[in-house]
Amino acid sequence: MTEITLEMQDVKIVEPLIYELSSPGRTGVTFPDSDVPLADLPDDAMLRKELPLPELAEVDVVRHYMHLSTFNYNVDGGFYPLGSCTMKYNPKINEDTARLPGFAFTHPLQPIETVQGNLALMFTLQEWLKEISGFAAVSLQPAAGAHGELTGVLIMRAYHKSRGDAKRIKMLIPDSAHGTNPASSGMSGLEIVQVPSDEKGNVDLNALKEACDETVVGLMLTNPNTLGLFDEHLEEVVKTIHACGGLVYGDGANLNALLGILRPGDVGIDLMHFNLHKTFSTPHGGGGPGSGPVGVAPHLVDFLPAPIVSIVEEGDDDLPPLYGFYDPPKTIGRVKAFHGHFGMHVRAFTYIAMHGPDGLRQIAEYAVLNANYLQARLRGTYPIPYDRICMHEFVAEGRVEGSDIRALDIAKRLMDYNFHPPTNYFPLIVHEALMIEPTETENKRTLDRFAEALVQIAEEAKSNPDLLHDAPHTTPFGRMDEVKAARELVLCCWLPEDYKNQ
Amino acid sequence: MTYIPHSPLERDEMLATIGVKSLEDLFKDVPAKHRFPQLDLPPALTEMEVAAELQGLADANDSTRELVSFLGAGAYNHYIPSVVDHILRRGEFYTAYTPYQPEVSQGTLQAIFEYQSLMTSLTGMEVSNASHYDGATAVAEAVNMVYAIFRGKRTRVVISPTVHPEYRATLRTYVQGMGLELAGDDPTSDLEASPEALESLVDDNTALVIVQYPDFFGRIYDYTSLIEFAHQKGALVCVAVNPIAMAMLKTPGEMGADIVVGEGQPLGIPLSYGGPYLGFFTTRKQYVHKMAGRLVGETVDSRGQRAYVLTLTAREQHIKRERATSNICTNQGLMALASAVYLSVLGQTGLRQVAELSYHKAHYAAQELSKIKGFGLCFMDPYFHEFSLCCPKPVSELNEHLLEHGILGGYDLGQDYPALKDHMLIAVTEMNTKEEIDALVEVLKEAVND
Repeated sequence: MTEITLEMQDVKIVEPLIYELSSPGRTGVTFPDSDVPLADLPDDAMLRKELPLPELAEVDVVRHYMHLSTFNYNVDGGFYPLGSCTMKYNPKINEDTARLPGFAFTHPLQPIETVQGNLALMFTLQEWLKEISGFAAVSLQPAAGAHGELTGVLIMRAYHKSRGDAKRIKMLIPDSAHGTNPASSGMSGLEIVQVPSDEKGNVDLNALKEACDETVVGLMLTNPNTLGLFDEHLEEVVKTIHACGGLVYGDGANLNALLGILRPGDVGIDLMHFNLHKTFSTPHGGGGPGSGPVGVAPHLVDFLPAPIVSIVEEGDDDLPPLYGFYDPPKTIGRVKAFHGHFGMHVRAFTYIAMHGPDGLRQIAEYAVLNANYLQARLRGTYPIPYDRICMHEFVAEGRVEGSDIRALDIAKRLMDYNFHPPTNYFPLIVHEALMIEPTETENKRTLDRFAEALVQIAEEAKSNPDLLHDAPHTTPFGRMDEVKAARELVLCCWLPEDYKNQ
Repeated sequence: MTYIPHSPLERDEMLATIGVKSLEDLFKDVPAKHRFPQLDLPPALTEMEVAAELQGLADANDSTRELVSFLGAGAYNHYIPSVVDHILRRGEFYTAYTPYQPEVSQGTLQAIFEYQSLMTSLTGMEVSNASHYDGATAVAEAVNMVYAIFRGKRTRVVISPTVHPEYRATLRTYVQGMGLELAGDDPTSDLEASPEALESLVDDNTALVIVQYPDFFGRIYDYTSLIEFAHQKGALVCVAVNPIAMAMLKTPGEMGADIVVGEGQPLGIPLSYGGPYLGFFTTRKQYVHKMAGRLVGETVDSRGQRAYVLTLTAREQHIKRERATSNICTNQGLMALASAVYLSVLGQTGLRQVAELSYHKAHYAAQELSKIKGFGLCFMDPYFHEFSLCCPKPVSELNEHLLEHGILGGYDLGQDYPALKDHMLIAVTEMNTKEEIDALVEVLKEAVND
């Protein structure tokens, strides 16, 4: 790539900001002249005087974003074993189906008779997610995993309240949980009680029993947990919570390990969110949009967010059913405008349709195979604090005997080998955590190359630790001054002050 | 078919390395009686088959490509230049994740930094986050932020009944556990009252006042005096805006608003049956530490290059856990990118053109429609590109008739506002030609003469 070097206070500018590329009076798109008579504009005092937006030609815009895109590591470009994020390959057909004009250009408030294709797709996806998870009903409305969690917590609250059980204010959350679990509960005004893990990485049953009383709303359980381990006492954990009148919320972040292996609803989990962007291959988009549908057991169906897609008129031999919307009688309300991230529903539908029951099970099997294979290859090079058969991911400690290097250094050095680093410093219960999730879409050769890189980095840690301290060396950018960013808080840019005179 | 690349030989080698005999052996921790359920799902399709099936479902819809649309009410049919989707389809953007590793994520980070800048330019505010799910949840997050600013000591939120009904519904859901009181959320109140009528609801316990601009009925007001009144009471003000209108109208920033949020869908994002869209969130710099969501800031790297990082992360859930302002984890990254590309390629000239075309066409439509006997404009206040039309027949009946002529009529306001029975909310954008507007007038004329 060409490096444009503009000197500005000794800081090198690799790619100018879109505002810096602007030139007065230019536009990339023009629109037709008005074909109607012009109306009077509102009172002058209501009009804006200046609109300081950048002005570029289309080619400038394309080159700018093309250039920026080359700075991004991405799944299409390489291996992205970011633990707990399930960075699997995103099939190209999904991008085409979601953009079919019949889907992409429908308005969310059209009469239901004109959008039967959309509604049939959403209804079928609800049915499929129910079947995959063992739940009685599904809402597709939540926009992301954390949004699904908030929805779930509000459902749990509403359930207890509807039974006149007002004293329940405590949410139990294992110490290995994602930060969104306590944050979602906190947003709903609940008190958080942290439950420790035992030495094998399971929920500590004794501690759980002690925390259980008649003030418990429920437990937010990630299973497999963030150590990548299936809780060996899952059924007992569920039984313990139910015995004190609480509900068990399943964080579906790690569902990729369970497709066709276990239906969470079958073991008594009361409700769960799905991450369509993890398990069902909808792209992560540089940080979203995600999609976080929520599934519930029969006793919680009436509390789901409104509306749900349903059959409003049964079909017969000649006519398909008429799909429409339905508001559950005790609904918590809506959690966003319109019907959820429909574009993501189309992608997930496409993906499930192409896999069928056997293909879904293979996803889980090969995701787990890949994680265990990498764990086996790295055992002996890096400490693995909870060393047993893992599920879709595992956690190693990023330290090497006889060296001062840390997980962060290993992560940065991996970039020089052209790999995206694993998640680091999470879960919090592992010292110098490196959380590795290969997913099922990576082949053996890639995993071997990755394992070899990590083994070699462990060698470098002893022989030449500065190589790690200063890494990465081969990426377009080096390590960042994060303190400067937080201290100076430069959060946006503008057109230059002398812009008009240029 | 699946996307699993393993050959049987490779699989067996891997199992041997792990020290197990079969794939099944990897799942012994899973309770045996529930292990390996038979899923009752249709058998797998090939790509060719699934493409045909999805085409069939898409064809079962009548989209705004086939129908002439006058439907708005929070989602708008604007022209999206080709270049927007070409950029979005770069795998480098859409198959990356949250930029946790800035050395290999500068594309996403700089694009978000530019997005933040564009949003502050549009709204006249000082800082923007990296986005929320949609306009409705951005309003709810404004309440979260203000709750954190007042540390829960002010517990009243005033919301105008002329804020989008689905935004108000979303807010009602969000505040269930927060111990907040919502005032003003009453669709039976006087809808012709000026914004200052809300002042009677603002007291010393009020944390936030929420209004919409243009409001749900398309009307535009100067909220300056309402904002001044709220500030005197110690309350903050959030304005939910249509971003296209910001190309033409005085900004809420100029009016003194503390928070400006909105639905970013009109900025280059397809209607897509309601999502994914883009919630933008801007505020004053003094509140940045209480703002939810991801935030990108400028810095330099170890090589002296200007670069961008996620900053002030200590506000967020993965560090602060239950004490975080919000549980939000992701943003709407790719949708934020879409809006940034859209704004970059339109620039100030293009965006002004879109706003003005929408304005003039809406006013032409309103003028012609109100000439039909029995029809009339419901409100007399200035409006942007949407207006409430009083009709002589039920809206559902008229819309059925319009649909028979290939026209998607306006939103039935009677669903949400009892006083607006037989009122249709009509949206007009640059996509509507004079010919289409004239056809709408003709068909409605004919519908009442039937």
